[in-house]
Amino acid sequence: MQVTITINGETVSHDVEPRTLLVHYIREQAALTGTNIGCDSSSCGACTIHVNGEAVKSCTMLAVQADGQEVTTIEGLADGETLHPMQQAFHECHALQCGYCTPGMVMAAVSLLDENPQANEEEIREGLEGNLCRCTGYHNIVKAVLQVGSEQ
Amino acid sequence: MIPVAFDYERAASTEQALNLLAEHGDEAKLIAGGHSLLPLMKYRLAAPAVLIDIGRLEELSYIRDEGEELAIGALTRHCDVEHSDLVRSQVGLLAAATSEVGDPQVRHRGTIGGAMAHGDPASDLPAALIALRGSLVIDGPSGRRQVEADSFFTGFLETDLGEDEMLVEVRLPKLPDSTWSFQKFNRRAQDWAIVGSAVVVDQGMCGVGLVNMDSRPIRATAVEEAIKNGSSAAEASELAADGCEPPADINAGIDYRRHLARVLTRRGLEESGR
Repeated sequence: MQVTITINGETVSHDVEPRTLLVHYIREQAALTGTNIGCDSSSCGACTIHVNGEAVKSCTMLAVQADGQEVTTIEGLADGETLHPMQQAFHECHALQCGYCTPGMVMAAVSLLDENPQANEEEIREGLEGNLCRCTGYHNIVKAVLQVGSEQ
Repeated sequence: MIPVAFDYERAASTEQALNLLAEHGDEAKLIAGGHSLLPLMKYRLAAPAVLIDIGRLEELSYIRDEGEELAIGALTRHCDVEHSDLVRSQVGLLAAATSEVGDPQVRHRGTIGGAMAHGDPASDLPAALIALRGSLVIDGPSGRRQVEADSFFTGFLETDLGEDEMLVEVRLPKLPDSTWSFQKFNRRAQDWAIVGSAVVVDQGMCGVGLVNMDSRPIRATAVEEAIKNGSSAAEASELAADGCEPPADINAGIDYRRHLARVLTRRGLEESGR
């Protein structure tokens, strides 16, 4: 089946099997490998992307369900060489250790602040419940999100 | 993990979805947000030959004030229910239970109709619907019919929905002055409830629905009657596990689940001012 998806502002079209997961489509057909696959069962959040501006887990969505929709991946956040404020805050606050959860964590955090720009620490911790950091580096992640919130 | 291959159809209207269901029979499954069905398909516990995508039927995404009741379209997403002022003010318990479903990403995709139609006893929303004495509107070849929550959930992952029918609306009596509590016990933030208790109290009427305490979402009838007859929260909650046949699994045995049902129901009743 032919799908047409706008990924990071660019409209692309591919023929996919209906059973193709969106995350596989993004990584293998759109060749954007910033989105990681972690648990592959909608628990860990490593594959978090935005569909129409909202965070979703791309391992639990079919590419055909994203047909005609707007997708943003971690590659689509920065403006050229200028990092997105959330990426910059993760950098400054050392909000990553191994980095595997980071793309999904950043995408979830951006969506969280879009919906609740003045989120407090508790709301941030709750709001990121769908993203696991196996290095358990949550403290600095929360710090980074708080920093972006306070700058807005 | 990749599902077994299937044919994909996208419905443009409720009518078309019903026609596709009639055409494909038990080989077809409806998919909305897909957050219950897709994991089952990835684990290959479900392998429908045809997937009918109803996720874009905007005609079934709404929250309406209809006098005595609130009508919520089956394709209304959890995030829209959770943040709706109408739901919060009229059926606060539903908003609270919905905000406990999965995590924000899941709530951006999952729908109220999907959660009901899946009929999972471990799911949060059916218990809230039972406590609130809601009902479900089903569309099919012979027209629309309405079913009370108690008779909709018939068994483990089984509902009253026929193979050629589709859940189109959830209806809830408005209870603006009610007090309520949704108690969910789990080990990790986004996990399914090991046990949950949905409690609503409104002018002497008390509703209690239990999560994961039987093969289907279940009403704690004995607790409701005890409260009606003037029992305290502590006395009534002792009856919370009566008549339940809870599952035993890696998280909890039967006795522990019975204990949790009593404790969570007591907390729920107390939080609801009983």
